[in-house]
Amino acid sequence: MAEVALHNVTKRYDEVDAVRSISLNIPDKEFVVLVGPSGCGKSTTLRMIAGLEEVTAGDIVIGGDVVNDVPPKDRDIAMVFQNYALYPHMTVFENMSFGLRLRRIPKPEIRARVEQAARILDITDLLERRPKQLSGGQRQRVAMGRAIVRNPKVFLFDEPLSNLDAKLRVQMRTEIKRVHQKVKTTTVYVTHDQVEAMTLADRVVVMNAGRIEQVGRPHDLYHMPKTRFVAGFIGSPAMNLLPGRLEQNGEGLNLRLSEGLAFPVPESRVARYRPSAGKDLTFGLRPEHITEPRGEGRDPRCEFTVTLDVVEPMGMETMVFFTVNGAEICARVEPSAATGPGQPMRLYANLNHMHLIDPASDLVL
Amino acid sequence: MTASVAISERPRLAAGASLKRNRRWALVTSYVFLILFAIFFLTPPYYMIVTSLKTDAEVAHLATNPWIISSGVTFEQYRLLFQGTDFLIYFKNTVIVTLCVVVISMVVSVLAAFSLSRMRFWGSGILATGIFLTYLIPDTLLFIPLFQIVRGLGLLNSYWSMVLVYPTLTVPFCTWIMIGYFQSIPKELDEAALIDGAGHMQMLLRIFIPVALPGIIAATIFAFTVSWAAFVYPIAFLFSADQQVLTVGTVTSLIKADVYKWGMLMAGALVAAAPPLVVYAFLMDYYIAGLTAGATKG
Amino acid sequence: MVDLARQYPGGLAEPAARPRASMQRFLRRRSTIAVLMCLPLIAIVAGLIVYPALYSIYLAMLNKAQTRFVGLGNFAYLLQRDTFWMVVQQSAIFALSAVFFKALIGLITAHLVNNLPSKGQRKWRGMLLVPWVIPLALSTLGWWWLFDPTHSAFNWIIQSFGGNEIPWLSNPYWARFSVILVNVWYGAPFFLIMYLAALKSVPEQLYEAAQIDGANAWQRFLHITLPMMRNIIAITVLFSLIVTFANFDIVQIMTAGGPRNMTHVFATYAFLLGIRSGDLPLGASVSLFMFPILAISAMFILRGVRKRGREIG
Repeated sequence: MAEVALHNVTKRYDEVDAVRSISLNIPDKEFVVLVGPSGCGKSTTLRMIAGLEEVTAGDIVIGGDVVNDVPPKDRDIAMVFQNYALYPHMTVFENMSFGLRLRRIPKPEIRARVEQAARILDITDLLERRPKQLSGGQRQRVAMGRAIVRNPKVFLFDEPLSNLDAKLRVQMRTEIKRVHQKVKTTTVYVTHDQVEAMTLADRVVVMNAGRIEQVGRPHDLYHMPKTRFVAGFIGSPAMNLLPGRLEQNGEGLNLRLSEGLAFPVPESRVARYRPSAGKDLTFGLRPEHITEPRGEGRDPRCEFTVTLDVVEPMGMETMVFFTVNGAEICARVEPSAATGPGQPMRLYANLNHMHLIDPASDLVL
Repeated sequence: MTASVAISERPRLAAGASLKRNRRWALVTSYVFLILFAIFFLTPPYYMIVTSLKTDAEVAHLATNPWIISSGVTFEQYRLLFQGTDFLIYFKNTVIVTLCVVVISMVVSVLAAFSLSRMRFWGSGILATGIFLTYLIPDTLLFIPLFQIVRGLGLLNSYWSMVLVYPTLTVPFCTWIMIGYFQSIPKELDEAALIDGAGHMQMLLRIFIPVALPGIIAATIFAFTVSWAAFVYPIAFLFSADQQVLTVGTVTSLIKADVYKWGMLMAGALVAAAPPLVVYAFLMDYYIAGLTAGATKG
Repeated sequence: MVDLARQYPGGLAEPAARPRASMQRFLRRRSTIAVLMCLPLIAIVAGLIVYPALYSIYLAMLNKAQTRFVGLGNFAYLLQRDTFWMVVQQSAIFALSAVFFKALIGLITAHLVNNLPSKGQRKWRGMLLVPWVIPLALSTLGWWWLFDPTHSAFNWIIQSFGGNEIPWLSNPYWARFSVILVNVWYGAPFFLIMYLAALKSVPEQLYEAAQIDGANAWQRFLHITLPMMRNIIAITVLFSLIVTFANFDIVQIMTAGGPRNMTHVFATYAFLLGIRSGDLPLGASVSLFMFPILAISAMFILRGVRKRGREIG
């Protein structure tokens, strides 16, 4: 059983709390990604699970045992570092077998395990080379091989793809997912790239300033963010956020964004938002939900015309930017429908995907 | 979602003592051994200070504890040193020699390092390696032929012969240090300067030297320390007291009529050792940078 | 550079100005400036290091009065003298044992200092480097006083505990020990500084990876620290071997080669024969015996360093 659990784990450096009393349960075989901006505490949390940092308060539990005082070498974990941390004076084979050699595992078994891992990662012909002779992607694979060979209870990844170029990063992402499907081991993966998080994870943990903002499946985080931070962090390009006021409009509600721009709140949401009528709130809508007028059954009151500031053709779609009430808004439209910078364009806002955020608590309503 | 079990009921994996206690033990043992080594390293200087502050009588007295001063601190030894011996002449000579040598060494090595690290010309690579190799030729091999050469130049028994030969001790290593520092200056700085219209001399004076100032300080300190402490050349080439330098003078010429006045000798040794120690105390980081720059950047 | 000759086909410059112009251009050329800047260095190295080194070979082949050429006569003479062989033996013992202990103490102290919290490291490093800062001749004087036959402070401690006084400088074997002790005292801080810098250059993540792989402290030292430090260890040992082998100050001041010539090293013996006794050629031949040994060790260690540098990168 290799589940990992954190109970009110806190990490304090001198005066600063890097991790503030977080709790998390990771069941066996799950691939969990800790994601967040620099300094949010995700790496520190990972290192505490590894035993490379001391826990100031709280408990870390691996496989049912509290491991706070257990040194890394006895926790039965394996880690892949951002800088690979391959031993430069050893060959790939020696790098991968180092941990096994230390445990006095018999040579034939070492060879078998290393070769099996090498097959999974497709590095069999690199076994006699030294790290200096390998490319970035190859080094990354060797680092993973070193982890696989140990057959640990938990895999830990500390931003492993950050040092690779964009194309290689996409390739290695698929590799990692493939390996996880083959070697089903509990994995805790840290990254600042939310695309990586969304594509790799079974569940995503969004962290900010030492706290967990939200935990959930990628789909849930995308469509049902619980806080302003998660709403703005997940999804690329980021969700549009701008201030608005909820107005009573007879039986229904209106969301007023500026003097000339107001949208009717969809009927399905009216009940949820009615208690907040009259308040100033933050309105959130993803760029993919602001398009040129398309689809059947759309509410004509959700169409509006704006003057475009910037037009960015992306090939498959075109991003257009315009200003509403001082805030820059992004929309994703069909390339053929886009007009030009300085030109007016008619757009449609699909409010079925809208979010309203209480500015005082930063929680999504 | 696993059912929450009270934490105290979970089995605790305690592999031996806690991590924190292990770390504290390691720290304590480190300090114990470090104190022992510190005692080893600092005993001679301590004893030298203690001796220099004793009266002659106490120094000669065999029964009392030599490690402490029991009959009162006295500065008599220092007074005797300055007033009754040639010590101050040695000091003056050493200052003159060291100043000249430091200036010569820095000018030569900065110019050469600038040239070797930035401008490529035929033989520059060979010259750079050659400098490293000449550092391996010790002064105790060169002092015999140099004796002949210095005698031929008529400089025997003159402290100017020191100014001539000391650069052999300082220039190779100083050049090596400066090459390392200059090489770490990004080439973009050169190019920006060239575009701004700077000539080579201007580039050296206005850009390289200020940016590599830590290296220059480190190299200057090295040249100073080596010149001040040189012993082989002065003892071979200088004979009369008015030309002698501190190291040789203190060790050989302070003995009056076969009587070793150890109190005064220790005072002399301490005063002679003071300048390098003072430089070290205030500029320790540059001092160490000079040492390590050579080996690690090589 | 505008080609004036093309714009004014009749030729613009007077004939007399042309040689001056090309001389100016020669001086302004990059490579010329570069060589000029190196000239002082080349002059010093060539004139005061290379030339004397070669000259000493010639000098060693003359007779005492420097009137006749005697070929290898001086060398043959030395090889037959027992004193000389003792010098060879002592120089080897002195250099090898001193360097070994210096490196060992340097390695141990570097680890101890590195284990301290970073705030305290600077203080300790500062204290432990003091022997290296004091000019060797002067600290040797201090040691001489510590070893003084009648007043030795060390003997006072030993006798307080009921032991017998030790003839630090008057007994040949104790004298050898004392000389090595002073050299180790003086040189260990250098190794401390070097190894401390080297320890800090090993990436922390390598140790963390090894920890996770299951290595304890000793295994981390053996499999990570030592291999990564092999370069710097080789370089420092090489430098120290050369410097220690050629050491002069300590022996000259404390024992002047005695008792019974048993602490003489090459440098002091060359000084005795060459300067004190006035036989420069003989002194030169003694010094020259150092050179082959130094050159061979330099070659071996440098080769190993370059090979490992290529592997690790």
